[in-house]
Amino acid sequence: MNRYLPLVLIAFGILAFATLMLVIAPGIQMAQRSVPEGLRPYSEQESRGREQYVSLGCVYCHSQQPRSPDQAPDVERGWGRPSVAGDYVFDQPHQLGTMRTGPDLLNVGVRLPSESWHLTHLYQPRAIFGWSIMPAYPYLFEEKPEAGPEDTVVVLPEGFGPDSGVVVARQEALDLTAYLLALDRTYPVPEDALRDDGYARKESGS
Amino acid sequence: MPITMGLLLALSFVVSLLALSFLIWAIATKQFALDRAHAATVFGKGGADGPDTDGTHLFDTTGIDRVSARPVRLLILGAIFWLVLGSTFGVIASLKLHWPDWLNQAAPLTFGRMRALHLNLVAYGWLSQIGIACMFWILPRIFRTPLRAPNLPVIGFWIWNIGITLGALAFAQGWTDGEEWLEFPWQLDMLLVLAGVFFVVPLVKTARAREVDHIYVTGWYFLAAMVWFPCLFFIANLPGIHYGIEEATVNWWFAHNVLGLWLTPLGVGTAYYFIPKIIGKPIYSYSLSLIGFWGLALFYSQVGIHHLIGGPVPTWVVTLSVVHSVMMFIPVIAVAINQHVTVARNLWALKESLPLRFISFGAVMYTLASFQGSIEALRSVNTITHFTHYTVGHAHLGAYAFVSIVMFGAAYHIMPRMMGRDFAHPGLIRLHFWLVVVGFAIYFFALTIGGLLQGLAMLDATRSFAESVILTKPWLEARSVGGTMMTLGHILFAINVIGILRKPRAVAQSAVAAE
Repeated sequence: MNRYLPLVLIAFGILAFATLMLVIAPGIQMAQRSVPEGLRPYSEQESRGREQYVSLGCVYCHSQQPRSPDQAPDVERGWGRPSVAGDYVFDQPHQLGTMRTGPDLLNVGVRLPSESWHLTHLYQPRAIFGWSIMPAYPYLFEEKPEAGPEDTVVVLPEGFGPDSGVVVARQEALDLTAYLLALDRTYPVPEDALRDDGYARKESGS
Repeated sequence: MPITMGLLLALSFVVSLLALSFLIWAIATKQFALDRAHAATVFGKGGADGPDTDGTHLFDTTGIDRVSARPVRLLILGAIFWLVLGSTFGVIASLKLHWPDWLNQAAPLTFGRMRALHLNLVAYGWLSQIGIACMFWILPRIFRTPLRAPNLPVIGFWIWNIGITLGALAFAQGWTDGEEWLEFPWQLDMLLVLAGVFFVVPLVKTARAREVDHIYVTGWYFLAAMVWFPCLFFIANLPGIHYGIEEATVNWWFAHNVLGLWLTPLGVGTAYYFIPKIIGKPIYSYSLSLIGFWGLALFYSQVGIHHLIGGPVPTWVVTLSVVHSVMMFIPVIAVAINQHVTVARNLWALKESLPLRFISFGAVMYTLASFQGSIEALRSVNTITHFTHYTVGHAHLGAYAFVSIVMFGAAYHIMPRMMGRDFAHPGLIRLHFWLVVVGFAIYFFALTIGGLLQGLAMLDATRSFAESVILTKPWLEARSVGGTMMTLGHILFAINVIGILRKPRAVAQSAVAAE
């Protein structure tokens, strides 16, 4: 350990090897799989909503990767079937997440299909769930004395709205809601779908 | 295809085993020929020159430190600035989890932005910068030659800090790359890459001009980290080539290697230098440090996909990362034996040196964080802890209790030797130590217990999801208390460091004259 070059060359080689194993090899493997037939690209509005989702940091509390019934009761909670690599081909940046301070959202559009519900929930989560610790997003909305013909009014229970006038959704809130409603991976998965089967029980045959 | 993947998996094991056998052979046949004389490189030319405890060795007799002093001083100041700001954002994010309607008037204040600002500022502003400061202080010393091109790191300092400032402002406004640990827009990240060139070039030049044949163990970690981090950071930030799940594997390959191949070498390397230096005796077993280093390189580099256990990635790559996570026991035990035995045989030094208290505490936390990480990667454990606050507790055991606390000690050791005078308020150093240690204990146990309860609740189909949220609230409140104590400690740290820098010049000169 007295030479500079051998030290850094071997160090670099080890990192290159790790990159091959963790990034390149699985990347090649996943690129060979077909895109699931039921998956469609995001619409323009949904993409804008996705940008809101990303920039507001929803990923720090919400995962988008339901687990297999062999591991956890995600299906029973209504979060959807176990997700596979092909479910995410249109996702850039990926929003898989590492926390479930809030529930998994990969299929929230199916579980909670009401636009009105989402607008209320985004404006003030505690108007729906008293126990919720999700931030409110009042800046995605505006207060008006009365709603115009184009406005989407937010339905609020007593005590959560302004003293007078109405709360209407800004475009950002409508886009974000459109993205949430588009989150739907309930289509059947292709036979060659890839996911971590490490929890599969023996009797299930995989 | 599965066969090909199986082959790759087998190849990984074979390569790892080959490397390990090579290492054992190399040690057995003395290819590396590491002995106590090499371990003593850490001391000056005359061998062990006695303990380097508080109030001693305040005068630079070799002419090395005074060249490194300018970049090191700037880097320490920059690091502390981001530490105070970054930990304040951390406390705000923590409070928001139990006061969700507090400070909610604008998008930059929302939890998602505060949390990511906290992470990026402490990871790149504080930890990376203080680690680079340690590189500039320690490497010329162990190479026994003054830093070459000492103006380059000053330029690098400004580019780095401008990059962090712009990155933070952009992120606060909602301009983000959208992946954990990679939030800053890649266009601004390229500023950090450029700054990296200004840091690496002078250090490599210094390494090549060294006046000692042997590269001390700290040098292995630092020189390798200087190759690893730029490669990682550049590849992960390259736009347009990553998408979907492939991007997720890049994300966690990168994010865990930031810890394993960047922050950990900085922390371990720093501890490997200061522990024997302060005590005045070489480390316990110098040959063992080889296993610690190469084991870290081989195993740590492949653990990242344990962040995607149970997710939409191929099973084999998850298993590969789980196996490597467990293999980390080997290098960690090697480092633990070396560092802890050296301290345990010289407990007197903890009384004589406040910095050593921080550094050896941090070194113990490295052992614990790594053990915890290895166990947490097991599928049976991970199924409970994944997606919960437990993981956040673990991350802070590694990045805070280990790396940050080692760096506090390093700064407290470097500053008096750089300025030629002691800290005016050693009492504040003691208070800083106890605030961060007690604060961290509260922080860690709250999130660990709360996270386990949360994970168990989420796995139980008979309990509603709401239950898993409600039961964490008291633990999240406790975390805010611990986090606030840690942040108060950082403010004391900042006060002390600014104090020693601002002392009038006249006093400094009389101290030199007295020497």
